[in-house]
Amino acid sequence: MVSITVLFEIFIASLLPFNIALASILGMCPLIAISTNVTNAKGMGLAVVLVTTLTAAINWPIYEFLKWSGTDTLDLLVFMITIAASVQFLELAMQKFLPSLYTAFGIYLPLITVNCIVLAVSLFFVNYDYGFLETVVFALGSSLGWAFAIVLLSGIREKLSVIADLPRGLKGKAIAFVLLGILALAFIGFSGIARVDPIQ
Amino acid sequence: MEYILLPTVLLGIMLAITGLIIVADRALGSGGVKKIIINGSKEIEVTSDETLLTILSQNKIFLSSACGGKATCGLCKCQVTEGGGEVKPTELPLLSALDKENKVRLTCQVKPTAITKITIPEGLLTAKEFKTKLVKMVDLTYDIKLLDFKLIKPNTMPFKPGQFAQIKVPGIDIVRAYSIASNASDPSHIEMIVRYVPKGLASTYVFKALNVGDTVTLTGPYGKFFLQEQSKRDIVCIAGGSGKAPIRSILARLKEQGMTRKVRYFFGAKAVRDLYYTQEMQQLAKEYPNFEYIPALSNPLPEDKWTGATGLITDVLDRMTGNLTEAEAYLCGSPGMIDACIKVLNKHDIKQANVFYDKFA
Repeated sequence: MVSITVLFEIFIASLLPFNIALASILGMCPLIAISTNVTNAKGMGLAVVLVTTLTAAINWPIYEFLKWSGTDTLDLLVFMITIAASVQFLELAMQKFLPSLYTAFGIYLPLITVNCIVLAVSLFFVNYDYGFLETVVFALGSSLGWAFAIVLLSGIREKLSVIADLPRGLKGKAIAFVLLGILALAFIGFSGIARVDPIQ
Repeated sequence: MEYILLPTVLLGIMLAITGLIIVADRALGSGGVKKIIINGSKEIEVTSDETLLTILSQNKIFLSSACGGKATCGLCKCQVTEGGGEVKPTELPLLSALDKENKVRLTCQVKPTAITKITIPEGLLTAKEFKTKLVKMVDLTYDIKLLDFKLIKPNTMPFKPGQFAQIKVPGIDIVRAYSIASNASDPSHIEMIVRYVPKGLASTYVFKALNVGDTVTLTGPYGKFFLQEQSKRDIVCIAGGSGKAPIRSILARLKEQGMTRKVRYFFGAKAVRDLYYTQEMQQLAKEYPNFEYIPALSNPLPEDKWTGATGLITDVLDRMTGNLTEAEAYLCGSPGMIDACIKVLNKHDIKQANVFYDKFA
């Protein structure tokens, strides 16, 4: 049984120093594309948290089965299938039981099927040799970290679009990359406070 | 051993997941029975996940739709009083403030929920589906064709001159609206004027696939644009491109009435090669001094040796019309042309209530 402190350390580590967007530079396409205003960023962030946590929780037992049957080389392929399927399933379930949330998510939910952080989180828990609880906490932390990054970035971009007089060549995506770089540098400040593979 | 195990496990997982999704789709999917209540009386039950427009047309209620469900023409509007869900961003540009207040939606964007209540004009319930046979196809210009359909079942479509009908493109089940160009006194034939639009689904079908003798499904008649037959006012007709169709039908009716009203017909085109029915119109003008045909070319080519009116249709209209307080206007053409012409008509003091138009994009 893993201790609460270990779980907490994994959570903090995946949220801040090992932020999946700003340290691992994953999930860049939606991060750049949907960070033009805070409302959309929140929607996308929330959808990512939901899907990432859910798929990691589903993928862990499936990976255990793969290990047991000696076919763990298939993990990448199988994870992709389960992610696509669970997003589909989530969509169906939400449409039925939570129609208001379904309309609020709009196009973001199906978009996530192709978001690489969902797959990355599932592949990371294989690398770090996590148990089930650690996997769920890591997935929650990572996805919250990504949501945090996109909301931060969109906040800055929204302000910039109003107050800044940017040169033409820097407008839009160019300045988003510069901002991302600065944010990533700032997040280096968190390094050392926690590890994703805590020394037990 | 591994060579068998790996594909087996992968295939097994894929099959299991596919099975799960199918089961979940059955259990959770919106596959339940949905009820659509029209005007508080007629009820339709559906199980499919189609849009309201498709469901209505499957049930032989034909709302007009020129774009075929792409949310660009804004013709398939109807009031959805209950169960339409939130207004989609795709609909917003085509809904006026009044529309939003009255819960008017584009039916091509609405997916009905368990119970959906809608209100549509009773007149639309009278639009019917007709099986027809194409009996004649004539090239009017290089990109405009005249189609003549003989109605088979039902064998007449009573319409008012100026109204339009829709062609159903077989195979892809989309519909496109075309004005009826024939004389309303002969409801057993429907003539349409179709202009070729590159990449246009219906016009490509007409130009590349349709042959004389083919069976075509039409629905109609639709539209509030038609000749006010009781009125005795003078008439200004303005048309551009394939907009000659409804005017031709209107003129046919006026001719039957003996052309007792003064009619001036402005037709805007680019060059001589875009003009059609010129002789028919000139003949009509010769027979009836009350009728005047004024074709105007915006860009006559040197080889056209054009001696008629030149310039944009709006300029020609402005130049050649006097006071219009006691006149009626019928306009048919692109939205841009119509808006511009209405401005000119207003300048000549026409009464808003006497301007009738049919915009098509």
